[in-house]
Amino acid sequence: MSIRLRLDKPWRPLTAEEIARLPGQLGVYQVADATGVLLCIGQAGARAPFGLRSELQRELAERGPGHQFRVEVNQQYRTRWFELLMVHQADHGRLPPDNAKNPPPLGRLSPS
Amino acid sequence: MDFEPSAEQQMLIDQVRRFVREEIIPLEAKLDPDASELDPADHARLVEKTKAMGLFGIDIPKEYGGPDIDIVTRVLLAIEMAQHRAGLYVPCYGTFGGAGLAQIFEANDDQKERYLYPTLRGEKKAFFGLTEPSGGSDPARAIQTKAERKDNGWVLNGAKIFISNADRAQYGIVFARTDASKGRAGITCFIIDSDTPGFHVRRVVHTLRSSHYATELEFKDCWVSDHQVLGEVNKGFAVANDRLTRQRIPYAAGCIGVAIAAHEMAIEWAKMRTTFGEKLANRQAVQWMLVDNEIDIRTARHFTLEAAEKARRGLPFKIEASIAKLTASEGGGRVVDRSMQIHGGMGMTKDLPLERWYREMRIRRVGEGPSEVQRMVIAREILGSNLR
Repeated sequence: MSIRLRLDKPWRPLTAEEIARLPGQLGVYQVADATGVLLCIGQAGARAPFGLRSELQRELAERGPGHQFRVEVNQQYRTRWFELLMVHQADHGRLPPDNAKNPPPLGRLSPS
Repeated sequence: MDFEPSAEQQMLIDQVRRFVREEIIPLEAKLDPDASELDPADHARLVEKTKAMGLFGIDIPKEYGGPDIDIVTRVLLAIEMAQHRAGLYVPCYGTFGGAGLAQIFEANDDQKERYLYPTLRGEKKAFFGLTEPSGGSDPARAIQTKAERKDNGWVLNGAKIFISNADRAQYGIVFARTDASKGRAGITCFIIDSDTPGFHVRRVVHTLRSSHYATELEFKDCWVSDHQVLGEVNKGFAVANDRLTRQRIPYAAGCIGVAIAAHEMAIEWAKMRTTFGEKLANRQAVQWMLVDNEIDIRTARHFTLEAAEKARRGLPFKIEASIAKLTASEGGGRVVDRSMQIHGGMGMTKDLPLERWYREMRIRRVGEGPSEVQRMVIAREILGSNLR
């Protein structure tokens, strides 16, 4: 049994056309700048009208062009979001910059 | 036994019911359907309210500053506290405080200073490390984590799984095998600080309860001194077992609270919803589902209060606690399932709390000893010890 800890799919351009292809499902996502530097780890919860699509549309509206994203459809969006944040913190010693501005209560994880 | 609440109990029930309906449910409407925490400011404000009600730290024994409320009343209040979306696992989002792990009250004076009192003051959090990848229902045989004597202390090696809050806790109570030849008489309970070298939270374990994750732990040459032994060496199983039995009563109460909330929603919906020119409430198929809900709830409530009453009187209550846990978790699951059926498509959505209760209630048939273990406990009791 393999357990996937990190979200490491290929980056996609954060554009209206690409976002329109996303499912309206729950899940987690990451946004990076044009060079691939991770800026934030987000979640699309059940209050988002069209799930991942709504959240990435909001990200595009707030950030403008020149960014990238990747998503993972996941019904367990909350625990997966916490997991991705803790794994990032364990890997890099800090949270992504946008998450660090308002960090959620996180535990300590030391993935082997 | 008469389980009608006294006037004083009813007053407390009404107080908690108002708190849930007027304070918790309105806040919950703005949270993610899978949320398990309130905004810290809201949490602090509500804690002040429960303190003003005289109900904060409701499970803390009187000699440690608790409000001295008997277990039967605590069960009646726990049934009320669970009646909201997150209520099964996070009743009132912890605003009534908690007593921490029951085992820590068994600590010696030094350990109480270092762990119990900071926990009661809300300065430290703890985890309970019993279940292992090799099994959870039969800890006496399944525990493979070893603790070996070394340098006036113990070295722990092994793994634990399905452990809640280990990543955020300052310490945990961990069970390890200290004598491989003695079965349940070879297990010792240790208090492990989370910053002890060799203690690792290796991964998050996602479950049906998607509002909250469990963790997997690893102990790798994790050395602790003799001062970290809780109770006596090789007598840890009794500490675990006592806790597991006692925990079954409030565990059952939570199931009953959620079942009542789901049942009330189903009744209201059945009276309101019309299909094919008739209210659902007028259809026998729906009436019978509601009747079966009522029977499941009353049965579980009776057995849970019976177990609590025996515990209150200081009588043996092991079999009663098992019957309570069994009837409440299985009956509660049936009630939520029927209530979803009555709601039709809406019952499946995250707009209503039913889908969260459905997922979380399923775990209740496994957590704190699965139904099969409860039946085993009851069978041993009624068939006698010559069974084997």
